[in-house]
Amino acid sequence: MKATTKITAKAAVKPASKLTNKKPARPERCLDFKTVWNYKASPESAESAKLEKRYELFIDGKFVPPSDGAYFANFNPATEAKLCEVAEGSPADVDRAVKSARAAFEGVWAKLPAHERGKCLFRLARLIQERTSELAVTETLDTGKPIRESRAFELPLAANQFFYYAGWADKLGFAFPGRRPRPIGVVAGVISWNFPLLMAARKLAPALAAGNTVVLKPSKTAPLAALKLARLAEEAGFPPGVVNVVTGGKATGEALVAHEGVALVSFAGATETGKAIGKALAGTARRCALELGGKNAYLIFEDSAIDQAVDGIVDGVFLNQGPVLSASSRLYVQESIAKVVVRKLRDRLETLNVGDPLDKNTDVGALPTRELLQRVQAHVKAGLAEGVTSYQADQQVPKKGFFHAPVLFTDVAQSHRLTQEEVFGPVLAIQTFRTAEEAIEKANNTPSGMASGVWTDKGSRIFSIARQLKTGVVWANAYNKYDPTSPAGGCKESGLGRDGGLHGLASYVELN
Amino acid sequence: MRNYGIYVDGKFNRTESGRYFQFRAAQGDWAANLCNSSRKDFRDAVTAARGAFAKWSSAAPAARGQLLYQVAEALEGRKAQLSEELQHQGLTAAAAEAEVQASVNRLIYYAGWADKFQQVFSSVNPVASSHYNFSVLEPVGVVSILAPEESPLVGLVSAIAPVIVGGNSCVVLASSSRPLCAVTLGEVLQSAGLPAGVVNILTGFRSELLGQFTSHMDVNGVLYCGEAAEELKTVRENAALNVKRVSHSPRADSSAEEAQGPYAILSFQEVKTTWHPIAT
Repeated sequence: MKATTKITAKAAVKPASKLTNKKPARPERCLDFKTVWNYKASPESAESAKLEKRYELFIDGKFVPPSDGAYFANFNPATEAKLCEVAEGSPADVDRAVKSARAAFEGVWAKLPAHERGKCLFRLARLIQERTSELAVTETLDTGKPIRESRAFELPLAANQFFYYAGWADKLGFAFPGRRPRPIGVVAGVISWNFPLLMAARKLAPALAAGNTVVLKPSKTAPLAALKLARLAEEAGFPPGVVNVVTGGKATGEALVAHEGVALVSFAGATETGKAIGKALAGTARRCALELGGKNAYLIFEDSAIDQAVDGIVDGVFLNQGPVLSASSRLYVQESIAKVVVRKLRDRLETLNVGDPLDKNTDVGALPTRELLQRVQAHVKAGLAEGVTSYQADQQVPKKGFFHAPVLFTDVAQSHRLTQEEVFGPVLAIQTFRTAEEAIEKANNTPSGMASGVWTDKGSRIFSIARQLKTGVVWANAYNKYDPTSPAGGCKESGLGRDGGLHGLASYVELN
Repeated sequence: MRNYGIYVDGKFNRTESGRYFQFRAAQGDWAANLCNSSRKDFRDAVTAARGAFAKWSSAAPAARGQLLYQVAEALEGRKAQLSEELQHQGLTAAAAEAEVQASVNRLIYYAGWADKFQQVFSSVNPVASSHYNFSVLEPVGVVSILAPEESPLVGLVSAIAPVIVGGNSCVVLASSSRPLCAVTLGEVLQSAGLPAGVVNILTGFRSELLGQFTSHMDVNGVLYCGEAAEELKTVRENAALNVKRVSHSPRADSSAEEAQGPYAILSFQEVKTTWHPIAT
């Protein structure tokens, strides 16, 4: 793999604009994408997000100002422009929200016939479908992800999540043989910023279908989807208090996790936070369901359909600019095809459009915060310091906004930070292997176990390898596919419990 | 006086610490020496359990079921000895016999689940895209078990059987106050042909070993039997270090019918979902 371009630590963290017009010196044949593949700009209008100037907390069916009058500014990571102001919930607000959820749980929600609960969820699903454009643009403005992904990936999944679980509401008796599931009470949904709407849907839908009420605490980085969802829940006819949204930062989240009125904390986010939640709940009767990070591996065998496998890698690691709990940031390629895979990947990198997330042709948008961008830059720098070979596409990246062009690292060793630490950015570490045993051992050699991918044309090998990979999801000849009927979640340190499907109900019911 | 060893990696050893404690019978002057296991003993047992896991977890479920049935047979064959030990631990002859019988029944019950729980609890998922998608249960790995202080045989068997029938290996800390049957159970497992390392049994004190049992980073799950709030807090705090699966079994009456069920197996199973495209 000596053919890859060396970039220095300095170059990697330079503003990307400085990299323009510098063709990477590649000795081998390569396609000239720059002159042929020009797209006209076709941005969505930011207006369709219909953002308000200020967002309040949603408690007991009403939008209410925070008790101590504090608001934080919410920015568009692609332009660094202020979008709106959002309420900073205090512990007193959290208390109000949990009490309203508790009252709704004991009062109206538990007494409602199960099929009526289901109808509320069905209506919410329909409303999400109706507002696809508004919600998709909101997601993109709030997180920096490409509109293509908001619209084609996140929105339908979020709506379908409600459709799927709506139907469970009056069929729970069939879900757990020999047991009669009961709701557990107030669920605290503490969710991450990477898929704000989808994460909210993943926590809300099964929790509500099972008869619980919810206090949702979206990430401070991307709170808008949850607030819009609250408005839709109101329209869908959920009784006041069944769905509450308290926005805010770490202190707000901690107050919610520590609140004694919460029966279950359903968390999606960083592994360290998940562990801290587990510890905080020790000594109480309260439980947690965790959806945490992963250093996920992707195995390509020599008999793979290489073009599709390369597409899979691009979906695997560059979806959402990298911050996906199931992102495949470690690639293991069988030695005999390593050279061709890396070449094809580099070609694909050249064709990825990095830029305005609202543009329909954009493949890679902005990272949601400056902190994350700096973390990714530091990670890349550390990778270069470890002496590995890197390749970054010759991409024009906007000057403003938190953009990071995709990076490949080759000649990576198992001990490098690149293969050990979760990056949460568009950074791929590539290693080679000779035998399946070696690939499996390397893939499993991490404390995490969220997801993995395997590419091969041999069916028997797929079943053998899928069985040996210690992850909650295995994508065979595919990657980063999601569906509401399909349980996903981590083994080992990547989580507790599953989201999605029949198994996704288990966290939200009491069986004893 | 009888000297009991500990059962690690299919062998009966003394504790590496050279420490022992004495058990005195409820009545009469019968007494025995038992190993006061150390943290090192625990670590060795985890190594043994990890070593046994790959083969045990990939064994045919029916084969695991048959082994459990053979354990039940072997246990029945040791009825007299186990019953005597139970009587030393304070049970009447009738109660001791009933407990042995309940333990045999419990093993047979879980033996039967070996090749069935997967059918009941796995799923084929009707995803919208053109993929074949299915979710199966797989064992979590190495489970540490803090066995119940009471019902020293049926409680122990009820803790171990669902864990291993699902393909996990385990390290067990036997009851400190009623430890006699635990080592004898080890002999039963050995004579029934259970592979070395699948079940490892230590005797000693919970107060000393609880931290190690719950914080070891190569342990994937903890089964805590008991009601002590402080202990349970430690279990959950330590489990959070590497997100161990925790199952809490407060049941005092392990003989009861309600104390058994497939959900005890599920406590230490992971759901794995596999996707594969369907050609269109």
